[in-house]
Amino acid sequence: MFAVVRRDLLLAMRRKSEVLTALFFFMIVVSLFPLGIGPEPALLRKIAPGVLWVAALLATMLGLQRMFAPDHADGTLEQMALSPTPLGLLVGGKIAAHWLVSGLPLVLLAPVLGLQFDLDAGALGILVVALLIGTPLLSLIGAIGAALTLGVRGGGVLLSVLVLPLYVPALIFGAGAVDAHISGLGAGGHLSLLAALLALAVFFAPWATTAALRIALE
Amino acid sequence: MLTATGLTCVRGERRLFSGLDLAVAPGEWLHVQGENGAGKTSLLRMLTGLAHAAEGEIRWNGEPIKVLAEDYRRDMLFLGHHGALKEELTPLENLGLAAALDGAELAEKDALAVLWRFGLRGREELPVRFLSAGQKRRVLLARLVTRKAKLWVLDEPFTALDVKAVDMLAGLIGEHLAGGGMAVLTSHQAMPIAGCKVVKL
Repeated sequence: MFAVVRRDLLLAMRRKSEVLTALFFFMIVVSLFPLGIGPEPALLRKIAPGVLWVAALLATMLGLQRMFAPDHADGTLEQMALSPTPLGLLVGGKIAAHWLVSGLPLVLLAPVLGLQFDLDAGALGILVVALLIGTPLLSLIGAIGAALTLGVRGGGVLLSVLVLPLYVPALIFGAGAVDAHISGLGAGGHLSLLAALLALAVFFAPWATTAALRIALE
Repeated sequence: MLTATGLTCVRGERRLFSGLDLAVAPGEWLHVQGENGAGKTSLLRMLTGLAHAAEGEIRWNGEPIKVLAEDYRRDMLFLGHHGALKEELTPLENLGLAAALDGAELAEKDALAVLWRFGLRGREELPVRFLSAGQKRRVLLARLVTRKAKLWVLDEPFTALDVKAVDMLAGLIGEHLAGGGMAVLTSHQAMPIAGCKVVKL
Protein backbone atom coordinates (compact mmCIF):
# COMPACT_ATOMS: atom_id res chain seq x y z
CA MET A 1 0.00 0.00 0.00
CA PHE A 2 2.80 2.43 0.88
CA ALA A 3 4.54 1.42 -2.33
CA VAL A 4 1.51 2.70 -4.24
CA VAL A 5 1.50 5.99 -2.32
CA ARG A 6 5.21 6.42 -2.97
CA ARG A 7 4.79 5.59 -6.65
CA ASP A 8 1.95 8.05 -7.17
CA LEU A 9 3.81 10.81 -5.35
CA LEU A 10 6.87 10.14 -7.49
CA LEU A 11 4.73 10.34 -10.62
CA ALA A 12 3.16 13.58 -9.42
CA MET A 13 6.67 14.98 -8.91
CA ARG A 14 7.53 14.13 -12.50
CA ARG A 15 4.31 15.69 -13.78
CA LYS A 16 4.28 18.84 -11.68
CA SER A 17 2.18 20.82 -14.15
CA GLU A 18 -0.96 18.76 -13.44
CA VAL A 19 -0.76 19.37 -9.71
CA LEU A 20 0.06 23.04 -10.07
CA THR A 21 -2.77 23.60 -12.56
CA ALA A 22 -5.36 22.49 -10.01
CA LEU A 23 -3.73 24.63 -7.33
CA PHE A 24 -3.66 27.74 -9.53
CA PHE A 25 -7.24 27.09 -10.53
CA PHE A 26 -8.21 27.11 -6.85
CA MET A 27 -6.30 30.33 -6.22
CA ILE A 28 -7.69 32.14 -9.24
CA VAL A 29 -11.32 31.13 -8.74
CA VAL A 30 -11.22 32.20 -5.08
CA SER A 31 -9.49 35.49 -5.94
CA LEU A 32 -12.02 36.37 -8.65
CA PHE A 33 -14.86 36.78 -6.16
CA PRO A 34 -13.49 39.73 -4.15
CA LEU A 35 -12.55 41.39 -7.43
CA GLY A 36 -15.99 40.86 -8.92
CA ILE A 37 -18.11 41.67 -5.88
CA GLY A 38 -16.17 44.64 -4.61
CA PRO A 39 -14.70 45.59 -1.24
CA GLU A 40 -17.60 45.15 1.17
CA PRO A 41 -16.16 43.33 4.18
CA ALA A 42 -19.52 42.22 5.57
CA LEU A 43 -20.64 40.63 2.30
CA LEU A 44 -17.25 39.05 1.65
CA ARG A 45 -17.18 37.50 5.13
CA LYS A 46 -20.63 36.08 4.47
CA ILE A 47 -19.75 34.39 1.18
CA ALA A 48 -16.18 33.37 2.05
CA PRO A 49 -16.80 29.79 3.33
CA GLY A 50 -19.07 28.93 0.42
CA VAL A 51 -16.72 30.33 -2.19
CA LEU A 52 -13.67 28.57 -0.74
CA TRP A 53 -15.50 25.28 -0.48
CA VAL A 54 -16.99 25.38 -3.97
CA ALA A 55 -13.57 26.26 -5.39
CA ALA A 56 -12.03 23.36 -3.44
CA LEU A 57 -14.67 20.96 -4.83
CA LEU A 58 -13.98 22.06 -8.40
CA ALA A 59 -10.21 21.95 -7.93
CA THR A 60 -10.42 18.37 -6.63
CA MET A 61 -12.59 17.44 -9.59
CA LEU A 62 -9.84 18.52 -12.00
CA GLY A 63 -7.48 15.76 -10.91
CA LEU A 64 -10.09 13.04 -10.44
CA GLN A 65 -10.19 11.78 -13.99
CA ARG A 66 -6.46 11.13 -13.93
CA MET A 67 -6.78 9.03 -10.80
CA PHE A 68 -7.18 5.66 -12.53
CA ALA A 69 -7.24 6.44 -16.27
CA PRO A 70 -3.45 6.37 -16.91
CA ASP A 71 -3.05 3.20 -14.85
CA HIS A 72 -5.92 1.61 -16.75
CA ALA A 73 -4.43 2.57 -20.11
CA ASP A 74 -0.94 1.20 -19.48
CA GLY A 75 -1.97 -2.01 -17.74
CA THR A 76 -0.80 -1.08 -14.23
CA LEU A 77 -4.31 -1.56 -12.94
CA GLU A 78 -4.31 -5.16 -14.21
CA GLN A 79 -1.07 -5.79 -12.38
CA MET A 80 -2.57 -4.28 -9.23
CA ALA A 81 -5.59 -6.55 -9.50
CA LEU A 82 -3.19 -9.52 -9.85
CA SER A 83 -0.97 -8.46 -6.98
CA PRO A 84 -0.94 -10.68 -3.87
CA THR A 85 -1.91 -7.57 -1.88
CA PRO A 86 -5.70 -7.07 -1.78
CA LEU A 87 -6.83 -4.57 -4.43
CA GLY A 88 -8.81 -2.63 -1.82
CA LEU A 89 -5.62 -1.73 0.05
CA LEU A 90 -3.85 -0.62 -3.11
CA VAL A 91 -6.86 1.48 -4.07
CA GLY A 92 -6.75 3.00 -0.58
CA GLY A 93 -3.13 3.89 -1.26
CA LYS A 94 -4.04 5.58 -4.51
CA ILE A 95 -6.78 7.59 -2.82
CA ALA A 96 -4.36 8.65 -0.07
CA ALA A 97 -1.85 9.75 -2.69
CA HIS A 98 -4.57 11.68 -4.53
CA TRP A 99 -5.41 13.54 -1.33
CA LEU A 100 -1.76 14.31 -0.56
CA VAL A 101 -1.30 15.74 -4.04
CA SER A 102 -4.56 17.57 -4.64
CA GLY A 103 -6.27 17.93 -1.24
CA LEU A 104 -3.57 18.82 1.25
CA PRO A 105 -2.21 21.79 -0.77
CA LEU A 106 -5.72 23.28 -0.81
CA VAL A 107 -5.92 23.01 2.97
CA LEU A 108 -2.57 24.77 3.35
CA LEU A 109 -3.47 27.47 0.85
CA ALA A 110 -6.98 28.18 2.18
CA PRO A 111 -6.02 30.43 5.16
CA VAL A 112 -3.96 32.68 2.90
CA LEU A 113 -6.82 33.01 0.43
CA GLY A 114 -9.28 33.44 3.29
CA LEU A 115 -7.51 36.69 4.24
CA GLN A 116 -8.88 38.24 1.06
CA PHE A 117 -12.36 37.79 2.52
CA ASP A 118 -11.55 39.53 5.81
CA LEU A 119 -11.98 36.34 7.88
CA ASP A 120 -10.57 36.57 11.40
CA ALA A 121 -8.08 34.09 12.86
CA GLY A 122 -10.75 31.98 14.56
CA ALA A 123 -12.79 31.57 11.37
CA LEU A 124 -9.66 30.77 9.37
CA GLY A 125 -8.79 28.07 11.93
CA ILE A 126 -12.23 26.49 11.59
CA LEU A 127 -11.95 26.72 7.79
CA VAL A 128 -8.65 24.82 7.85
CA VAL A 129 -10.00 22.15 10.19
CA ALA A 130 -13.15 21.74 8.08
CA LEU A 131 -11.10 21.41 4.90
CA LEU A 132 -8.70 19.00 6.61
CA ILE A 133 -11.64 16.70 7.40
CA GLY A 134 -13.52 17.46 4.20
CA THR A 135 -10.90 17.12 1.46
CA PRO A 136 -10.12 13.42 2.17
CA LEU A 137 -13.88 12.89 1.92
CA LEU A 138 -13.83 14.54 -1.51
CA SER A 139 -11.00 12.25 -2.67
CA LEU A 140 -12.79 9.16 -1.35
CA ILE A 141 -16.14 9.95 -2.96
CA GLY A 142 -14.41 11.10 -6.13
CA ALA A 143 -12.56 7.79 -6.40
CA ILE A 144 -15.86 5.92 -6.71
CA GLY A 145 -16.93 8.20 -9.54
CA ALA A 146 -13.54 7.96 -11.24
CA ALA A 147 -13.67 4.16 -11.10
CA LEU A 148 -17.25 4.02 -12.40
CA THR A 149 -16.53 6.26 -15.39
CA LEU A 150 -13.29 4.47 -16.25
CA GLY A 151 -13.08 3.73 -19.96
CA VAL A 152 -16.35 5.53 -20.71
CA ARG A 153 -16.25 7.95 -23.61
CA GLY A 154 -16.81 11.52 -22.44
CA GLY A 155 -16.11 10.30 -18.94
CA GLY A 156 -14.98 13.72 -17.74
CA VAL A 157 -18.38 15.39 -17.98
CA LEU A 158 -20.15 12.30 -16.71
CA LEU A 159 -17.78 12.23 -13.75
CA SER A 160 -18.72 15.80 -12.77
CA VAL A 161 -22.43 15.07 -13.09
CA LEU A 162 -22.02 11.92 -11.02
CA VAL A 163 -19.72 13.18 -8.29
CA LEU A 164 -20.73 16.82 -7.68
CA PRO A 165 -24.18 15.93 -6.25
CA LEU A 166 -22.46 13.49 -3.89
CA TYR A 167 -20.25 16.34 -2.69
CA VAL A 168 -23.29 18.29 -1.46
CA PRO A 169 -23.23 17.00 2.16
CA ALA A 170 -19.52 17.79 2.46
CA LEU A 171 -20.19 21.27 1.10
CA ILE A 172 -23.11 21.93 3.43
CA PHE A 173 -21.37 20.84 6.62
CA GLY A 174 -17.95 22.18 5.61
CA ALA A 175 -19.10 25.66 4.67
CA GLY A 176 -21.70 25.54 7.45
CA ALA A 177 -19.01 25.01 10.08
CA VAL A 178 -17.36 28.34 9.29
CA ASP A 179 -20.73 30.13 9.05
CA ALA A 180 -21.78 28.72 12.40
CA HIS A 181 -18.55 29.89 13.98
CA ILE A 182 -18.93 33.40 12.55
CA SER A 183 -22.51 33.68 13.78
CA GLY A 184 -21.37 32.52 17.23
CA LEU A 185 -23.12 29.14 17.29
CA GLY A 186 -19.95 27.08 17.50
CA ALA A 187 -18.70 24.79 14.75
CA GLY A 188 -18.55 21.57 16.80
CA GLY A 189 -21.73 20.01 15.46
CA HIS A 190 -20.91 20.60 11.82
CA LEU A 191 -17.37 19.31 12.21
CA SER A 192 -18.57 16.18 14.00
CA LEU A 193 -21.01 15.42 11.21
CA LEU A 194 -18.28 16.00 8.63
CA ALA A 195 -15.98 13.65 10.53
CA ALA A 196 -18.75 11.06 10.71
CA LEU A 197 -19.16 11.27 6.94
CA LEU A 198 -15.41 10.83 6.56
CA ALA A 199 -15.39 7.77 8.80
CA LEU A 200 -18.18 6.25 6.75
CA ALA A 201 -16.41 7.02 3.48
CA VAL A 202 -13.06 5.61 4.68
CA PHE A 203 -14.85 2.37 5.30
CA PHE A 204 -17.03 2.11 2.21
CA ALA A 205 -15.39 4.12 -0.57
CA PRO A 206 -12.33 1.88 -1.17
CA TRP A 207 -14.62 -1.12 -1.24
CA ALA A 208 -17.03 0.45 -3.72
CA THR A 209 -14.14 1.75 -5.83
CA THR A 210 -12.56 -1.71 -5.96
CA ALA A 211 -15.84 -3.26 -7.09
CA ALA A 212 -16.18 -0.64 -9.85
CA LEU A 213 -12.58 -1.19 -10.95
CA ARG A 214 -13.09 -4.94 -11.22
CA ILE A 215 -16.02 -4.34 -13.54
CA ALA A 216 -13.92 -1.96 -15.66
CA LEU A 217 -11.16 -4.57 -15.89
CA GLU A 218 -13.36 -7.40 -17.18
CA MET B 1 -0.28 -27.81 -11.80
CA LEU B 2 -2.79 -25.77 -13.75
CA THR B 3 -5.90 -27.46 -15.09
CA ALA B 4 -8.98 -26.09 -16.76
CA THR B 5 -12.12 -27.94 -17.75
CA GLY B 6 -14.94 -26.99 -20.09
CA LEU B 7 -13.89 -23.36 -20.53
CA THR B 8 -16.26 -21.26 -22.59
CA CYS B 9 -15.65 -17.71 -23.66
CA VAL B 10 -18.47 -15.47 -24.83
CA ARG B 11 -17.75 -11.99 -26.13
CA GLY B 12 -20.93 -10.06 -26.74
CA GLU B 13 -23.09 -12.24 -29.00
CA ARG B 14 -20.23 -14.41 -30.19
CA ARG B 15 -19.04 -17.64 -28.68
CA LEU B 16 -15.26 -17.60 -29.16
CA PHE B 17 -14.57 -21.10 -27.88
CA SER B 18 -16.38 -23.63 -25.75
CA GLY B 19 -15.63 -26.82 -23.87
CA LEU B 20 -11.91 -26.15 -23.79
CA ASP B 21 -9.84 -28.46 -21.57
CA LEU B 22 -6.20 -27.92 -20.78
CA ALA B 23 -3.58 -29.00 -18.27
CA VAL B 24 -0.06 -27.79 -17.62
CA ALA B 25 2.23 -29.81 -15.35
CA PRO B 26 5.59 -28.64 -13.91
CA GLY B 27 8.21 -28.48 -16.65
CA GLU B 28 5.63 -28.07 -19.39
CA TRP B 29 4.53 -25.04 -21.33
CA LEU B 30 1.37 -24.40 -23.22
CA HIS B 31 1.46 -22.75 -26.62
CA VAL B 32 -1.88 -21.08 -27.26
CA GLN B 33 -2.36 -20.73 -31.01
CA GLY B 34 -5.13 -19.20 -33.04
CA GLU B 35 -5.98 -16.52 -35.55
CA ASN B 36 -6.36 -12.90 -34.59
CA GLY B 37 -9.56 -12.57 -32.63
CA ALA B 38 -9.77 -16.27 -31.81
CA GLY B 39 -9.79 -15.49 -28.09
CA LYS B 40 -6.14 -16.08 -27.12
CA THR B 41 -5.91 -13.03 -24.90
CA SER B 42 -9.36 -13.74 -23.46
CA LEU B 43 -8.21 -17.25 -22.52
CA LEU B 44 -5.08 -15.89 -20.87
CA ARG B 45 -7.06 -13.30 -18.92
CA MET B 46 -9.34 -16.10 -17.71
CA LEU B 47 -6.37 -18.15 -16.59
CA THR B 48 -5.07 -15.20 -14.59
CA GLY B 49 -8.45 -14.64 -12.97
CA LEU B 50 -8.91 -11.16 -14.46
CA ALA B 51 -11.88 -12.28 -16.55
CA HIS B 52 -14.53 -14.82 -15.67
CA ALA B 53 -15.27 -17.79 -17.85
CA ALA B 54 -18.88 -18.07 -19.01
CA GLU B 55 -18.67 -21.77 -18.17
CA GLY B 56 -15.99 -24.07 -16.85
CA GLU B 57 -13.50 -24.03 -14.03
CA ILE B 58 -9.81 -23.33 -13.59
CA ARG B 59 -7.87 -25.10 -10.86
CA TRP B 60 -4.40 -24.54 -9.50
CA ASN B 61 -2.95 -27.59 -7.70
CA GLY B 62 -6.46 -29.00 -7.51
CA GLU B 63 -8.07 -25.94 -5.91
CA PRO B 64 -10.29 -23.51 -7.83
CA ILE B 65 -8.39 -20.25 -8.41
CA LYS B 66 -11.35 -18.24 -7.11
CA VAL B 67 -10.94 -19.91 -3.73
CA LEU B 68 -7.16 -19.56 -3.69
CA ALA B 69 -7.31 -15.89 -4.78
CA GLU B 70 -4.22 -14.27 -3.26
CA ASP B 71 -2.28 -17.54 -2.93
CA TYR B 72 -2.74 -18.15 -6.64
CA ARG B 73 -1.79 -14.62 -7.56
CA ARG B 74 1.43 -14.99 -5.57
CA ASP B 75 2.39 -18.03 -7.68
CA MET B 76 1.50 -16.45 -10.98
CA LEU B 77 3.03 -13.74 -13.14
CA PHE B 78 1.09 -12.20 -16.00
CA LEU B 79 2.61 -9.97 -18.64
CA GLY B 80 -0.01 -8.67 -21.03
CA HIS B 81 -0.17 -6.54 -24.14
CA HIS B 82 0.19 -3.38 -22.12
CA GLY B 83 3.52 -2.67 -20.54
CA ALA B 84 2.38 -1.60 -17.07
CA LEU B 85 5.44 0.63 -17.37
CA LYS B 86 5.29 4.23 -16.27
CA GLU B 87 6.71 6.44 -19.02
CA GLU B 88 7.89 9.10 -16.57
CA LEU B 89 9.86 6.70 -14.39
CA THR B 90 13.21 5.08 -15.10
CA PRO B 91 13.58 1.33 -15.75
CA LEU B 92 15.14 0.98 -12.31
CA GLU B 93 12.20 2.69 -10.58
CA ASN B 94 9.69 0.76 -12.64
CA LEU B 95 11.26 -2.52 -11.66
CA GLY B 96 11.52 -1.56 -7.98
CA LEU B 97 7.92 -0.41 -7.79
CA ALA B 98 6.63 -3.49 -9.61
CA ALA B 99 8.46 -5.63 -7.04
CA ALA B 100 7.00 -3.56 -4.20
CA LEU B 101 3.53 -4.09 -5.66
CA ASP B 102 4.19 -7.83 -5.58
CA GLY B 103 5.05 -7.47 -1.92
CA ALA B 104 8.73 -8.26 -2.40
CA GLU B 105 11.79 -6.15 -1.71
CA LEU B 106 14.20 -5.76 -4.59
CA ALA B 107 17.71 -4.55 -3.80
CA GLU B 108 18.97 -1.93 -6.23
CA LYS B 109 22.05 -4.04 -6.90
CA ASP B 110 19.93 -6.99 -8.05
CA ALA B 111 17.68 -4.79 -10.17
CA LEU B 112 20.72 -3.29 -11.90
CA ALA B 113 22.19 -6.73 -12.56
CA VAL B 114 18.94 -7.86 -14.18
CA LEU B 115 18.66 -4.75 -16.35
CA TRP B 116 22.26 -5.22 -17.51
CA ARG B 117 21.51 -8.81 -18.34
CA PHE B 118 18.71 -7.54 -20.56
CA GLY B 119 21.08 -5.21 -22.37
CA LEU B 120 19.93 -1.99 -20.77
CA ARG B 121 23.27 -0.91 -19.35
CA GLY B 122 23.55 2.87 -19.40
CA ARG B 123 19.79 3.34 -19.65
CA GLU B 124 18.82 2.51 -16.07
CA GLU B 125 18.33 6.16 -15.15
CA LEU B 126 16.62 7.26 -18.39
CA PRO B 127 12.83 7.78 -18.26
CA VAL B 128 11.14 4.91 -20.06
CA ARG B 129 9.53 7.21 -22.64
CA PHE B 130 12.96 7.72 -24.23
CA LEU B 131 13.40 3.97 -24.83
CA SER B 132 12.47 2.15 -28.01
CA ALA B 133 9.54 -0.28 -28.14
CA GLY B 134 11.90 -3.25 -27.93
CA GLN B 135 13.76 -1.79 -24.98
CA LYS B 136 10.49 -1.12 -23.14
CA ARG B 137 9.61 -4.73 -23.73
CA ARG B 138 12.97 -5.76 -22.24
CA VAL B 139 12.31 -3.72 -19.10
CA LEU B 140 9.00 -5.51 -18.79
CA LEU B 141 10.54 -8.94 -19.30
CA ALA B 142 13.13 -8.19 -16.62
CA ARG B 143 10.29 -8.86 -14.19
CA LEU B 144 10.44 -12.53 -15.18
CA VAL B 145 13.77 -12.70 -13.38
CA THR B 146 13.07 -10.43 -10.41
CA ARG B 147 9.70 -11.92 -9.55
CA LYS B 148 9.71 -15.50 -8.35
CA ALA B 149 6.60 -17.18 -9.75
CA LYS B 150 5.82 -20.78 -10.61
CA LEU B 151 3.45 -20.00 -13.45
CA TRP B 152 4.19 -17.50 -16.19
CA VAL B 153 1.30 -16.30 -18.32
CA LEU B 154 2.76 -14.32 -21.20
CA ASP B 155 0.73 -12.66 -23.94
CA GLU B 156 2.77 -12.27 -27.14
CA PRO B 157 6.08 -12.01 -25.27
CA PHE B 158 8.13 -11.99 -28.48
CA THR B 159 6.64 -8.90 -30.13
CA ALA B 160 9.04 -6.03 -30.78
CA LEU B 161 12.06 -8.07 -29.65
CA ASP B 162 15.18 -8.50 -31.81
CA VAL B 163 16.65 -11.91 -32.65
CA LYS B 164 19.08 -11.83 -29.73
CA ALA B 165 16.38 -10.95 -27.22
CA VAL B 166 14.08 -13.66 -28.59
CA ASP B 167 16.83 -16.25 -28.05
CA MET B 168 17.46 -14.91 -24.59
CA LEU B 169 13.78 -15.03 -23.65
CA ALA B 170 13.48 -18.56 -25.05
CA GLY B 171 16.50 -19.50 -22.90
CA LEU B 172 14.88 -17.88 -19.89
CA ILE B 173 11.66 -19.83 -20.40
CA GLY B 174 13.72 -23.01 -20.84
CA GLU B 175 15.49 -22.39 -17.51
CA HIS B 176 12.19 -21.66 -15.82
CA LEU B 177 10.71 -24.95 -17.06
CA ALA B 178 13.83 -26.91 -16.14
CA GLY B 179 13.43 -25.57 -12.60
CA GLY B 180 9.93 -27.05 -12.36
CA GLY B 181 8.12 -23.93 -13.57
CA MET B 182 5.15 -23.72 -15.91
CA ALA B 183 4.32 -21.29 -18.67
CA VAL B 184 1.35 -20.43 -20.84
CA LEU B 185 2.06 -18.19 -23.79
CA THR B 186 0.60 -16.96 -27.01
CA SER B 187 2.82 -16.48 -30.00
CA HIS B 188 2.56 -16.63 -33.75
CA GLN B 189 6.08 -18.02 -34.00
CA ALA B 190 7.00 -21.64 -33.38
CA MET B 191 9.31 -21.82 -30.37
CA PRO B 192 11.91 -24.55 -30.01
CA ILE B 193 11.47 -25.03 -26.27
CA ALA B 194 11.13 -28.52 -24.80
CA GLY B 195 7.94 -29.65 -23.09
CA CYS B 196 5.54 -27.93 -25.45
CA LYS B 197 1.83 -28.61 -25.51
CA VAL B 198 -0.35 -26.90 -28.07
CA VAL B 199 -3.86 -25.57 -27.71
CA LYS B 200 -5.53 -24.44 -30.93
CA LEU B 201 -8.45 -22.06 -30.62
